[in-house]
Amino acid sequence: MGAAPASRDVTSYGMGLAVPLALFFLVFFVAPLLQLLWLSLHNDTAGLHWGLSQYQHFLTDPFSLGVLGSTLLLGAEVTLVCLMLGFPLAWLYQRVGPRLQTIIILIVLLPLLTSVVVRTFAWIVILGRQGIINATLQSLGIINTPLKLLYTQFGVVIALAQVQMPLMTLPLITALGRIDPNLDDASCSLGAGSWRTFFRIVLPLSLPGVIAGCTLTYAAAITAFITQSLVGGGQMLFMPMYLYQQASTLQNWPFAAAISIIFLLAVLAVVSVFTTLGRLSRGYGGT
Amino acid sequence: MVDAPSGRSLVVDAVTHRYPSGALAVENINLDIKGGEIIALLGPSGCGKTTLLRIIAGFIAQTQGRIIIGDGIVDALPPNRRSVGIVFQNYALFPHLSISENVSYGLAARGIDKADRQREAQRLLELVQLPTMAERLPRQLSGGQQQRVALARALAIRPSILLLDEPFAALDKNLRLDMQIEVKRLQRVSGITTLIVTHDQEEALSMADRVAVLSHGKLEQFGTPSDVYDRPQTLFVNTFVGSTNRMPGVVVSADRAAAKVRLDAGAEIIARPAAGALTEGGRVTVCIRPEHLQFVGDETGFAGVVGMSLPLGATVVHEVTTADGSGVKVSQARFGETRALESGAAVRLAPLAPSLANAFPATL
Repeated sequence: MGAAPASRDVTSYGMGLAVPLALFFLVFFVAPLLQLLWLSLHNDTAGLHWGLSQYQHFLTDPFSLGVLGSTLLLGAEVTLVCLMLGFPLAWLYQRVGPRLQTIIILIVLLPLLTSVVVRTFAWIVILGRQGIINATLQSLGIINTPLKLLYTQFGVVIALAQVQMPLMTLPLITALGRIDPNLDDASCSLGAGSWRTFFRIVLPLSLPGVIAGCTLTYAAAITAFITQSLVGGGQMLFMPMYLYQQASTLQNWPFAAAISIIFLLAVLAVVSVFTTLGRLSRGYGGT
Repeated sequence: MVDAPSGRSLVVDAVTHRYPSGALAVENINLDIKGGEIIALLGPSGCGKTTLLRIIAGFIAQTQGRIIIGDGIVDALPPNRRSVGIVFQNYALFPHLSISENVSYGLAARGIDKADRQREAQRLLELVQLPTMAERLPRQLSGGQQQRVALARALAIRPSILLLDEPFAALDKNLRLDMQIEVKRLQRVSGITTLIVTHDQEEALSMADRVAVLSHGKLEQFGTPSDVYDRPQTLFVNTFVGSTNRMPGVVVSADRAAAKVRLDAGAEIIARPAAGALTEGGRVTVCIRPEHLQFVGDETGFAGVVGMSLPLGATVVHEVTTADGSGVKVSQARFGETRALESGAAVRLAPLAPSLANAFPATL
């Protein structure tokens, strides 16, 4: 509570410096977005008649709603996998020596240093019918016929989780690093076991990081066009590909624009839930 | 739910701890602490006192030796089963829990139901004189108040031993004195065996029944405050606890009780062989505290020239340069009009009594 006036000072004198970026955003982000909105409010592809029929079409079409639903679900699954795998890694990071910390950071950052396309093709090699997993399992005699891993929801979730992992792990490492290590010892000396310490102390205090990580991972996972399309293949359709088809293949620009707007609103709704949770959890953060 | 349980004894038995790198953190420490005692672990930073505290608490497993609380060897017990209460230097209050929840945290871990927990937390908050703060968050409290909460939280689990890690270091001077009195009062009320880790000698001397002085991982001396201050067993203890003048010299004659030393500053004085017998002709360091030196009118003692006089309130400290060029400090109580000593005045100095000059074999 004492930090509030200080942070207000910080924002007040730097406004002029933000003007170039604000102009950039205005021209290359806000203007196209308005154009998109304008486009979506037309009933025909030629853009002659105004109306809400594109939205009406989307919201009454089970297929479109199904695509939206499966995309949002995909984001939730990827986020959950990243959280379950990323939290132990971030926790471990705070408890090992500096050399291991460097190695962990390197492992976390490595995916960011290779192209998404390359990483996605690597997953195709791993998950394919004659891929590494199937070849290994078959040679060990565990399975007779190859498992279907590629072009499945499971495959997409695993590949996306690996691709987006740094977005979850880095905020978690930061958040866990801010927790005073004495709190762990204090909890322990008061008689609490590791689980109570984790759920009563570590987890609540790392919530800002959990929420930041989840927001980033979620937003990145549902919009990951390349990985979704290549690992998901033709049978799995998610929002980015759906809207690409409408715009590029079918030339149905107003409907594609409406899809974009609806998708944008859906994502914003989810993200704002996360940030609201984040604000509530910061009530006791104090840093 | 009765207060004033008789405190449990704590024995540190030949404890040695080696870091993974092989360096010794503490070496062969032996402490025999009676139930209900307040003990101070005193030493400069890096002397191993915090390591020893963490070994007793169970956060570090010592390489060798045993920790015995009451009748039980606790080496195999994790920290959460040792029943040791700790007050951390930065208090380590849980920032997201209310004061009441902080205090009752240990009780919740023991499965005590909520109503009893709250009643007990309130009782402890009254004990530390913060009865109205139960619903606040730690950051809404001042440093001194946070420390009281940390104390209440540690006491809530009715620990066998209370460990305080530099508890007053973060408080300003006036508040520190208040809190020292408060801690001593609470310790008397609860009768709990208490170990205070500190680098502040005044704190150690004023609060503890006995003081353990550590240096470089070794126990230098373990005794009452007056033992440590008046009868130091090592040169380190003599120089670390209180201030002292170190005067080099040569042993002229020596027996077990007294040694005659010829100081390089130019006088023969009688000193106490503080670290055992001295050999004749050996070089020694004689330690005399500034308040144990006096100006003498006759030809006894050694000569010097007054450099500067600093009036420090209750005392005046004179800096005197001796014949061999080294400086000594002399502290005089100020009563009425203390004789003013001008810079450059020739004076003679002698120790107040032979037992107040401690001779240690000179280290090469």
